[in-house]
Amino acid sequence: MSRRIVLGPFNRVEGDLELSLDLDADGRSVTAARVNSPLFRGFEQILVGRQPLDALAIVPRICGICSVAQSAAAAQALAQLAGVTPPPNGQLAQRLVQATENLADHLTHFYLFFMPDFAHPAYAGRPWHAAVAGRFRAGSGSAVGEVLPARARFFHLTGFLAGRWPHTLALQPGGSTKAMSSAERIRLLAILREFRAFLEQTLFGDALEAVLALPDADALQAWAAGRAGDLPLFLRAAADLGLERVGQAYERYLSFGAYDLLPAGIRQPGANGAFTVDRLETEKISEDIRHSWLTGPDTLPPAQGETLVDADKADAYTWCKAPRYADQPAETGALARQLLAGQPLLGDLVARHGASVTARVVARLLELALIVPQMEDWLRAIVPGEAFCLPVELPDSGEACGQVEAARGSLGHWLSVRRGHLERYQIIAPTTWNFSPRDRHDQPGPLEHALVGLPAGPDAPPTVQHVVRSFDPCMVCTVH
Amino acid sequence: MPAPTVKVLWLQGGGCGGCTQSLLCHEPRPLFAELAGAGIEFVWHPALAAESDHDALALLAACADGSQPFDVLCVEGAMLRGPGGSGRFQRLGGSGEALHSWVSRLAVRARWVLAVGSCTAWGGFSANTPGNPLEACGLQYEVDTPGGLLGADFRSAAGLPVINLAGCPVHPGWVVDTLEKLALEGLTVEELDELGRPLLYAEQLVHHGCPRNEYYEFKASAQKPADLGCLMENLGCKGTQTHADCSLRPWNGQGSCLRGGYACIACTEPGFEAPGHAFQQTPKLAGIPTGLPVDMPKAWFVALAALSKSATPKRVRENAVGDHLRVRPAIKKGQK
Ligand code: SF4
Ligand code: SF4
Repeated sequence: MSRRIVLGPFNRVEGDLELSLDLDADGRSVTAARVNSPLFRGFEQILVGRQPLDALAIVPRICGICSVAQSAAAAQALAQLAGVTPPPNGQLAQRLVQATENLADHLTHFYLFFMPDFAHPAYAGRPWHAAVAGRFRAGSGSAVGEVLPARARFFHLTGFLAGRWPHTLALQPGGSTKAMSSAERIRLLAILREFRAFLEQTLFGDALEAVLALPDADALQAWAAGRAGDLPLFLRAAADLGLERVGQAYERYLSFGAYDLLPAGIRQPGANGAFTVDRLETEKISEDIRHSWLTGPDTLPPAQGETLVDADKADAYTWCKAPRYADQPAETGALARQLLAGQPLLGDLVARHGASVTARVVARLLELALIVPQMEDWLRAIVPGEAFCLPVELPDSGEACGQVEAARGSLGHWLSVRRGHLERYQIIAPTTWNFSPRDRHDQPGPLEHALVGLPAGPDAPPTVQHVVRSFDPCMVCTVH
Repeated sequence: MPAPTVKVLWLQGGGCGGCTQSLLCHEPRPLFAELAGAGIEFVWHPALAAESDHDALALLAACADGSQPFDVLCVEGAMLRGPGGSGRFQRLGGSGEALHSWVSRLAVRARWVLAVGSCTAWGGFSANTPGNPLEACGLQYEVDTPGGLLGADFRSAAGLPVINLAGCPVHPGWVVDTLEKLALEGLTVEELDELGRPLLYAEQLVHHGCPRNEYYEFKASAQKPADLGCLMENLGCKGTQTHADCSLRPWNGQGSCLRGGYACIACTEPGFEAPGHAFQQTPKLAGIPTGLPVDMPKAWFVALAALSKSATPKRVRENAVGDHLRVRPAIKKGQK
């Protein structure tokens, strides 16, 4: 006889999350999982009827963690609508603001949301437990006092470049409203140097370039052995717990591409354990609401999407929709981005065991090592005195789509304008992909799939928590 | 003198989590060290606490029945009462109960209740959408009408109405200063403005200390995004009507909306979400902005604007309409 348990409120995620798990006859492992977001926010209705540029003030308020990514998606869609391309300085400034948010997010997630679970008493006998608990215990671990100032100082970049974080209006379809003087550029480089020092001394215990050069999983373990640094500490704990073999989803990875550096694409299983990498065809994206508290056709492409509430719908269990690519669930995030870019270490980790808790965490932290040096280059490429923002004139009607990468993965805004006002606005957030419910074919979403087979129940270690957090959920985005 | 202990319970309603994220940017001391030094500790915070699931529910239940004492209830995000008053737009995970009903039960146990951010104070974007489809409200206001979830007459155990830390998001300093003030000496009604906002940040206007003040004086106005001039005449700035110390208390090191090159949209004021005009455009009647500075009669404004425009120095006039300084301040030749 199987039984069902409900986990919630789920803490240390952004927003509201509840899991419903069916356990096997012994009540010890998960046979089926349902992911419920018990919160609905309705931004798609809020946007309808507004003037198009108002989206820039509204969409950042979808999410306090990826508010800049939301701005960037709206700015990109509006730029497309107006047929304008920001000048080089404006593009560089936008990229810098977006990268700052993405990287700070990786740091917040690792230190404040993900790692505290390893302080759990279930791990008390493990050789690494005392060190990890002392460093990462929620609210009182020694790492908190180091990461918060590093994060706050790093965010000075957005103070300079975007006025403040979260919720800036600096990112515009024409570029960025904050032009930079050459003196400011020098000061921003100093902020990046300080952040690099934190990463190298505290997070990695090595130079960013050395971390990026690690070729495969064996080299990673050898590198971590005995090394001071928070990533090495995680890797020793993760190896002991076998987390490189835990948390596989569908092995289908989707990215919209970022910074002209990480390509857009879809990577999926091919014949004989191989995989294929294809160009992303946005037309193949749809959203399914079969098991959501929403009404309308079961599936629609986002450009025609609707978000109409039906709180009493039978068989529905979440406010989240189920985005699908060619009718298939897909995983998005830092791991997807870098697999599509052919990152060798992550390619090796995934070739051995598939996506896992370890691979997702390493992917996020590698992105810090990859992007900080890029940010140094972008800053140097800015030419003070040249334009940062072009004036923009929007047509009275039209359709457009903005596709960016937030820290957690692919974020798309689809909008249409009629008679100078927003007629439709649909958003697909990264966590909507990863935490989607079942669709009309009863295919579970990526997390629902990844939880099956995991230990659960009263005496189980927090494995379910590690897997959930390895996706870095953001439920407020999911339900807009 | 040992610091008193003030226990803070934090809940998140229908918001974006940005007020917590902003709070984590507190400087110069890291947030937890700063609060601990002032004797302030969290009983539970959904984004930061160790307790999840049953442990979290047990803790919240104990706070609600009075067996776990706490002092301050901080709520972030709007109260979503729909659909049809059921609260199903937001249930506290694992409990099956509407989040707003948890808030009501906990509020009566708190010495002080803080609405953190404009969503919690006034109801947020949902409450400002025609028909209010989520039936959203703030703790003690629905937009600018007193009432909200707890009712206009609600007073916390310390005898105060809900303390409205309005702002979208809240500035970390507004939260930390308020909590420390409560811990140290409490707060009187006289230290709140008419809308329940602590005067410690709401007795200034955003206009005070804005780096564009010289442009304002001469009505040397920005015409397009990224221009250096004053943003009031054309680009929607409401700094002259918005209560907050944004221009005196930097955001993220050196920032502010105006320093970032875009208008103040009055995010600390009720109803800012639906201004009735495009956010980044100044509504005008016969060429005169309709939203004039508080405390300033219209006739004066018109007369002064005409006068100051005629007296604008070349430097101010030219710099106002570019994205970087073109004319530097003159250097006076040595006067013996
Ligand atoms: S930009 Fe706004 S806050 Fe600044 S001087 Fe002008 S009116 Fe005042
Ligand atoms: S300057 Fe205005 S819009 Fe910006 S944070 Fe302050 S009150 Fe809000």
